[in-house]
Amino acid sequence: MNGEQKPHDGFWLRLINIDRRWIYLVIGIVVFVPILFPIGLPVQVTKEVQNVYDRIDSLKAGSIIMIPMEYDPATMAELQPMAYAILRHCFSKGIKVISTALQIEGVTIIKNDLELIAAEYGRKYGEDYVFLGYKPYPGIVILNMGEDFRKPFPRDYYGNLLDSLPMMAGVYNYSSCAMIVNINATSGVDYWINYAHTRYGAPLAIGVTAVMATDYYAFLSSNQIFGLIGGLKGAAEYEKLINHPGLATRAMDVQSIAHSVIVIFILVGNIAYFSSRKKKG
Amino acid sequence: MKREIPLLIVLVFGVFMAFQYFVPHRVSSNIYQEFNNWTIIIGIFTMVIGIASLLSVHYGKIRFKKEGWGYSYVTIISLVGMAGLGLFGGMENKLFINLYRFGLSPVTATMFALLAFFIASAAYRAFRARTVLSTLLLLAAVIVMLGRVPIGEIISGWLPEPLQLAKISEFLLYVPNTAAKRTIYIGVGLGVAAVSLKIILGIERTWLGGDGK
Repeated sequence: MNGEQKPHDGFWLRLINIDRRWIYLVIGIVVFVPILFPIGLPVQVTKEVQNVYDRIDSLKAGSIIMIPMEYDPATMAELQPMAYAILRHCFSKGIKVISTALQIEGVTIIKNDLELIAAEYGRKYGEDYVFLGYKPYPGIVILNMGEDFRKPFPRDYYGNLLDSLPMMAGVYNYSSCAMIVNINATSGVDYWINYAHTRYGAPLAIGVTAVMATDYYAFLSSNQIFGLIGGLKGAAEYEKLINHPGLATRAMDVQSIAHSVIVIFILVGNIAYFSSRKKKG
Repeated sequence: MKREIPLLIVLVFGVFMAFQYFVPHRVSSNIYQEFNNWTIIIGIFTMVIGIASLLSVHYGKIRFKKEGWGYSYVTIISLVGMAGLGLFGGMENKLFINLYRFGLSPVTATMFALLAFFIASAAYRAFRARTVLSTLLLLAAVIVMLGRVPIGEIISGWLPEPLQLAKISEFLLYVPNTAAKRTIYIGVGLGVAAVSLKIILGIERTWLGGDGK
């Protein structure tokens, strides 16, 4: 406990000044226990996630979707389950995928994620999906891809000429794609809205971290994006829609209990604060 | 001339890029793409300056044994090591990939994961309903935190729909949040347009360095 506390300090004051390590311990416990003993709390699907699912689900086999993915190890926990769920939906329906990774720290992760889910459904590189890789300056790259994918990416991540890939025959820019679903943990998502959608008119949905999601509701109600998948909760909703529960669904127990405990902390902190003030007069 | 030439370049390219947006011709589009490529190439040179600056700072720390100088060795060795492996071994080099997977990935993921603990501690200590505004903020935070996770449904699912946490949370995100964000975005947009115009016309010159003189 806090070494600076004095014996005459009141209960509420001691509660306010509780050693922060106790708080860390409680959070640690509420994170670990539901992982070990899942409760299976039900997930409700929101309309912004349902919209993404419905638009993808309405596509015919052979349609092309662009799924640019920009996340790194720090944000992987939130966005990787989302990427898995959307890729599973696409590959299970025979929808072809073009992907980029415009954040340098995440290129290897994204390449592995694509290969992993494609292999799950027996999809072949160059025929069912293409990974263009990384180029610096996402804003400029997004603008150039609006003209022709070959301008910023004459070759794909593996060094193949784009024209040598069967899937890229006749595919030039965003207008060749049914939509763009950008999974992004960076402010680069603004470029996709400003350039890919506003300038080139590509239908756009985004998947972002929970903390970023509040920033993009304004674009949702203005129809600049047709869907918004926010954080692990959004990923869990998508997993429910494709009937393939995964990490995000399991994590909902953790998130629910952790959020509840933080709310209890806030309430206790406030009760202690006001009670100690009342005592002081 | 040292001042006039950069101002002229900015004027010509700024005006061209603004007009190009309204010219849907192939020639205009090709020139535009060429300029975009130039931007990437010029931008990459800033990386050279960044690396030189990083090395210079850490070399100075090691040389004068400043506080935490040992970490500077880690920075320099990591920078040179990873760059060397990537350049000479290729992006698919086993050691390069493993250092990324088992070195960088867990470190950055751990740093981000620690946020949950700090947020909990900060919320306990600092989130106080001291004023009307802070009480509103606190209430909104509590509603959104619970309304966006499954437990919110369990707590309030039995209530009439408008009183359910998920519905109130949805209202907060779609109405007050959207209104505030739009105000900010419109303000920022107008500000960016005004500053861009000032730079293109040479009214704003601080970007030249030396207070624009």
